Amino acid sequence: MSEAKEILRGCEIFVRALKDEGVEHVFGYPGGAVLHIYDALYSQNEVEHVLVRHEQGAAHAADGYARATGRPGVVLVTSGPGVTNAVTGIATAYMDSIPLVVFSGQVPTKLIGNDAFQEVDAVGITRPCVKHNFLVEDVRQLAGTIKKAFHVAMSGRPGPVLVDIPKDVTDAACEYVYPEAVVMRSYRPSVKGHPGQIRRAAKLICAAKRPMIYSGGGVILSNADQELIEFTKILGYPITNTLMGLGAYPASDRQFVGMLGMHGTYEANMGMHHCDVLVAIGARFDDRVTGELDQFCPEAQIVHIDVDPSSISKNVKVDVPIVGNVKHVLADLNAVLKGAKDKIDTAALRAWWQQIKTWQGTDCLAYDRNSEVIKPQYVIEKLHELTHGEAYVTSDVGQHQMWAAQFYKFDKPRRWINSGGLGTMGFGLPAALGVKMAFPGATVACVTGEASLVMCIQELSTCLQYDLPIKIINLNNRYMGMVRQWQEFFYEKRYSHSYMEALPDFVKLAESFGHVGMRVEKTADVETALEEALALKDRLVLIDFITDQSENVYPMIAAGKGQHEMHMAPARELA
Amino acid sequence: MRHIISLLMENEAGALSRVAGLFSARAFNIESLTVAPTEDASVSRMTIVTTGSDEIIEQITKQLNKLLDVIKVADLNEGEHIERELMLIKLAAQDEAREEIKRLVDIFRGRIIDVTETAYTIEITGAGDKLDAFIKAVDAGAILELVRSGVSGIARGDKAIRI
Repeated sequence: MSEAKEILRGCEIFVRALKDEGVEHVFGYPGGAVLHIYDALYSQNEVEHVLVRHEQGAAHAADGYARATGRPGVVLVTSGPGVTNAVTGIATAYMDSIPLVVFSGQVPTKLIGNDAFQEVDAVGITRPCVKHNFLVEDVRQLAGTIKKAFHVAMSGRPGPVLVDIPKDVTDAACEYVYPEAVVMRSYRPSVKGHPGQIRRAAKLICAAKRPMIYSGGGVILSNADQELIEFTKILGYPITNTLMGLGAYPASDRQFVGMLGMHGTYEANMGMHHCDVLVAIGARFDDRVTGELDQFCPEAQIVHIDVDPSSISKNVKVDVPIVGNVKHVLADLNAVLKGAKDKIDTAALRAWWQQIKTWQGTDCLAYDRNSEVIKPQYVIEKLHELTHGEAYVTSDVGQHQMWAAQFYKFDKPRRWINSGGLGTMGFGLPAALGVKMAFPGATVACVTGEASLVMCIQELSTCLQYDLPIKIINLNNRYMGMVRQWQEFFYEKRYSHSYMEALPDFVKLAESFGHVGMRVEKTADVETALEEALALKDRLVLIDFITDQSENVYPMIAAGKGQHEMHMAPARELA
Repeated sequence: MRHIISLLMENEAGALSRVAGLFSARAFNIESLTVAPTEDASVSRMTIVTTGSDEIIEQITKQLNKLLDVIKVADLNEGEHIERELMLIKLAAQDEAREEIKRLVDIFRGRIIDVTETAYTIEITGAGDKLDAFIKAVDAGAILELVRSGVSGIARGDKAIRI
């Protein structure tokens, strides 16, 4: 570092701070309030700016980037509509605890509160959907605030942080010093778990007769997959993952009983319902997991490991809470368990596995493999086969999301990228763009439906501009499938506004954006089409699969039902 | 059950709205909320009176602790504590009512702090129920205006909430 004082303008401080923070990509869209910043970005090439076509796309792209890499996603938008457009993306990241740092331009400080052109109270509007936000009122606070923003986004329970920067602050100058460390007296997240609680947990876990491990997105966020595998292998217990936790434990392993929850497997949900000890790891007892709370795990004593104290006993009262970073807690817990393995009741465990195998025998994910009309599940299975389970798979929201979760067997963390908490349609395409930006050599597939896809379709332009050859798997059933499914089940087949009339020709649509479009209408053609699309390594391919309109996602726990009250596909309903 | 929750928080713009926003977003009750800087100008002390089951109060304190501007959270109900509230009340006071009001103010250990020919302005401090009792004791028709500060609370004994 040079000794001489370096005087920089706010916009230059912004760019320098990003470099010093190690940021390589910024997803953004320019506008009046951020023009100084865009000018500073123009005259450098260390931080690459990715120009999206809508600010929602910027937030989702940065989000996908963050989920795939574990690094913070960075967004730059202008004031007013720039930031309001980004709100859906910020809320999406917030619900899934994804670290984003969102920079928004603001009108000059002297105009704040005057209803100036493109003015909006960005800090006020985003407050309920960020981990924290800042308004920078003085250029001398800019570098320190940026440092804090990255620190807050990445530490503890991660989440999005917004930094609102008035235009005059980006023009004013001061000495540039990027702080080495951040000290905040009001923010000191726990890292290590309490040793006494870890010992209590180990004792309870070893004493289990019908144990179940239930792990979620927290394992992926803290990069604790290896610790989780070790934990599960030491014990020999069955493990289920939440939608957000898929890939943290290899789906191909025999101890994995599939996803749990509303569209989880029969064996996972029955295992939850009948277990006597539940080990919840980096999961938050979401309503789509628990079903009716009164009937949730009625016989279980519960250990809960989570970095966020407010997640503990929020929905379900737990017996042994451990607050701390999942990676650290699991490492400590594994060390204790290694010495206590002999206390495991192996006879009871064998009987429990026997019971689980009986449940597995129902083959709850079976579907009609002889159908001439394309079954969406088949497309996902073929995608898995042809990509050797190695692809990054993003999704939108609805039936296709559930089928991707059920049928693409994720063996590695950070490969499954979907909006679990907020359930944001339009997430998949921009998220895939962000992933491909991070890993240009990897296969990135966006599994989507015709309703979700068009919500952020404009990002096809971004994919062309930055040469991002992702593969879009459009499971086109000409319905908002999940809405249609609920209307079929719970509204006596009154398909109110769930039919997508006047759909575009997706092949021509892809072509009009400069990409390759394909349409597949028969099961027999699915494999060749996928092979062909995957072989076109340098082209974005949109494959429009015309799928069975009446296919539903099974099994299913209806709203208000317990985990043991699953519906199977009609032909296979259990007695 | 009614709880008095005390916070120390950064004296920064927007900190109050984070607390207020948290209560409305999560459907927690606020009976009263007071806030002012402490002897350290960078720190504000807030007192929130709320009601809820033990589980809800636990969530309230955890969620408050999660806010980045909040430095410390204490539930005063966990120990012996003192609560006080200030009320300023303007009463129509003419003829024989003037003497009657004065006597009542003495009984409640209040003070008359402003006088006109037709009205008294009275200051009373105490726990909320004492202020309620005073309001009940005066002729409702005589109340011209009333303002209450909301509850401030502090623990008894040597215990102190400090950074």
